[in-house]
Amino acid sequence: MEVPLQYYLFLSAIMFAIGVAGVLTRRNAIVVFMCIELMLNSVNLTLIAYSSFLGDVTGQVLVFFVMAVAAAEAAVGLAIVIALFRNKQTINIDEINILKW
Amino acid sequence: MVTIPTMAYELVGYAVFLPLIGFIFNGLFGRKIKSELLVGTIGSASVGIGFVIAGAIFFEMLAAPVHDRVHVVQLVPWIKAGTLSVNVAYQVDQLSILMMLIVTGIGFLIHIYSIGYMHGDPGFWRFFAYLNLFIFAMLNLVMADNFLLLFLGWEGVGLCSYLLIGFWYDRKFEKGTTGDAAKKAFIVNRIGDFGFLIGMFLLFETFGSLEFQTVFLQASAFPERTPVLTWMTLALFLGATGKSAQIPLFTWLPDAMAGPTPVSALIHAATMVTAGVYMVARCSVLFALAPTTMLVVAIIGASTALFAATIGLVQNDIKKVLAYSTISQLGYMFLGLGVGAFAAGLFHVLTHAFFKALLFLGSGAVIHALHDEQDIQKMGGLKSHLPVTSRTFLIGAVAIAGIPPLSGFFSKDEILWKTFSLGYGSLWIIGFIGAALTAFYMFRLYSLTFEGEKRWGHDKHPHEAPLFMTIPLMVLAALSIIGGFVGIPKSLGGGNAIEHWLEPVFEHANEKLAIAGHAAESTEYLLMVLSVAVAVTGILFARRWYATRSEVPQQLSNRFSGLYTLLWNKWYVDELYDATVVNPTVKSSEKLLWRVIDIHAIDWCVNGIARLLGWISRTTRVVQTGVAQNYVFVFILGVVVIIGWIIGK
Repeated sequence: MEVPLQYYLFLSAIMFAIGVAGVLTRRNAIVVFMCIELMLNSVNLTLIAYSSFLGDVTGQVLVFFVMAVAAAEAAVGLAIVIALFRNKQTINIDEINILKW
Repeated sequence: MVTIPTMAYELVGYAVFLPLIGFIFNGLFGRKIKSELLVGTIGSASVGIGFVIAGAIFFEMLAAPVHDRVHVVQLVPWIKAGTLSVNVAYQVDQLSILMMLIVTGIGFLIHIYSIGYMHGDPGFWRFFAYLNLFIFAMLNLVMADNFLLLFLGWEGVGLCSYLLIGFWYDRKFEKGTTGDAAKKAFIVNRIGDFGFLIGMFLLFETFGSLEFQTVFLQASAFPERTPVLTWMTLALFLGATGKSAQIPLFTWLPDAMAGPTPVSALIHAATMVTAGVYMVARCSVLFALAPTTMLVVAIIGASTALFAATIGLVQNDIKKVLAYSTISQLGYMFLGLGVGAFAAGLFHVLTHAFFKALLFLGSGAVIHALHDEQDIQKMGGLKSHLPVTSRTFLIGAVAIAGIPPLSGFFSKDEILWKTFSLGYGSLWIIGFIGAALTAFYMFRLYSLTFEGEKRWGHDKHPHEAPLFMTIPLMVLAALSIIGGFVGIPKSLGGGNAIEHWLEPVFEHANEKLAIAGHAAESTEYLLMVLSVAVAVTGILFARRWYATRSEVPQQLSNRFSGLYTLLWNKWYVDELYDATVVNPTVKSSEKLLWRVIDIHAIDWCVNGIARLLGWISRTTRVVQTGVAQNYVFVFILGVVVIIGWIIGK
């Protein structure tokens, strides 16, 4: 029995919403970072679902791109977090507000 | 296409532009050239060639029949805008060739003189560059075939005058520096130029063209006393009073003596200041149609002639006396123009160029010999030390005093005679008194400078000027003697060649004026005898009082101390202008325009805009918290709103 498309879409929507909520509410930079990953993967899930549903391989190709970019972004993001921690001894993003005025 | 010129007049462009090339060359490379002689030769040659061309054109015109003497040489189109079309074109006719000969001839002599006079000056090359630029501008002024090109030259000579008055810009002059004198000349001339511009606008509005031939042809059809013509000519005449130093705009010329003496001779005596006379003569048709303006010209001319002569009586600066004399003689020229004797006015331009250039150059030789001494009270007895200078100066003084057969007699007498015979008796009296004063102040100047005992310090060893300076003096002295013979009146058995020569130029103007009323020849003889007698009297008194240091001048000045102070202070005209125009302008500029309007209105607006923007920035920048989550929140909110809007649509 095949799982209907809606299930995938609902799941990915919920994942996305959780990701958004996490980005907006959590203070720990690592957690915020993981929430962004969650949002990315929810999108990946949507792409895979449509790809399979429509029998078009383009969506899967795109997912590989997203994963590649996400890997690079993870490397850069974690490096920034480490650099921040070395400078300010914290990764609480409420306290990291020097990027203004 | 380049065609080989077959007629000399086609070369007029070369004559005009060679001095420009000289200016560019000396201006760019003069500083590098170590040889003064080379710089001076280039400067002089560029003018000298112009004189040769002018001479060739003149003889060609002389050979041509009268109706074939006017040529317009088109060089390039200059401005084309709407109905306005102006070309760089030169009009060669009897009037302009006369001026061209004066400008290049006297200019050439003064260039030669300057090689000697400016020797050793660090600005030698700069001086020759400016002089050449001046000749270029002046030739444009007198050769132009339209008002705009004339105006270009008019402004150009004004600029050169400014540059050359302030040539020694760091030297002290009276209450300020020579730079102040230069600024005064420039600014006073601006007032006149304003009038000229208004006149030109009216011209274009009325005739739709700025070309002389078109304008004058159309003007001939206008009825006499058309108001617009009167206003136009009055405005143009205002320009002439500025350039030619007439009442009320004469005050700059005495101060212009701050410049080097060759400049005073060339620009402020022989050529530039006669530009106003030339312009009025050129527009003779327009002026003839406006009798009111003609009367104004004559009255201004006569009163300036007398007024400046009275000031010249008591001045002690050798160049100042000559400056007031120049103003006075220019007044005679305008008197001639104003009564309708255009040719007589131009005749006086010619002879005045000879003897006044001579007198100025002579004074330059004296100043040179006494190491920049200009006070005639500290001169005296120079006759034996400066034989050439004193003799040529004497010739110049006799010429300007109006003793026959020297040139000044013929031209001045022609003007006075025309004034009288055309029915301006009262103006004649003014001119007549002026002539007496002229003779007096010139010989006061001569006696105090060259005769009597020495009043200069023992540390000075005056010596005759070098040949570069004395040769021009001798040439000019010769011209001052024979220059008048081109205008010997008929009553003295002459042909009045110059009047005859200029006749075609003033033909239309004379028709309009319908000059009639010729008094008897016996009256003419009587007037001649009278003016010679009065000149001789003036000379005798001056020599008696000043050559032997008599007590009379002192007694007179004590007795009429009020009048003497008045004259010594030049009728307080400068003070009057300072009080009525200069100071109010300066004060209102400072107190009102600067301190109130500039600071409180303009600055307030400009700073206010800056302050407003600063306030907006300060109040709105708080939205940039620096907290990334806030930005994300706004971003997502925006996405939600947009999606909601798309769905809801």
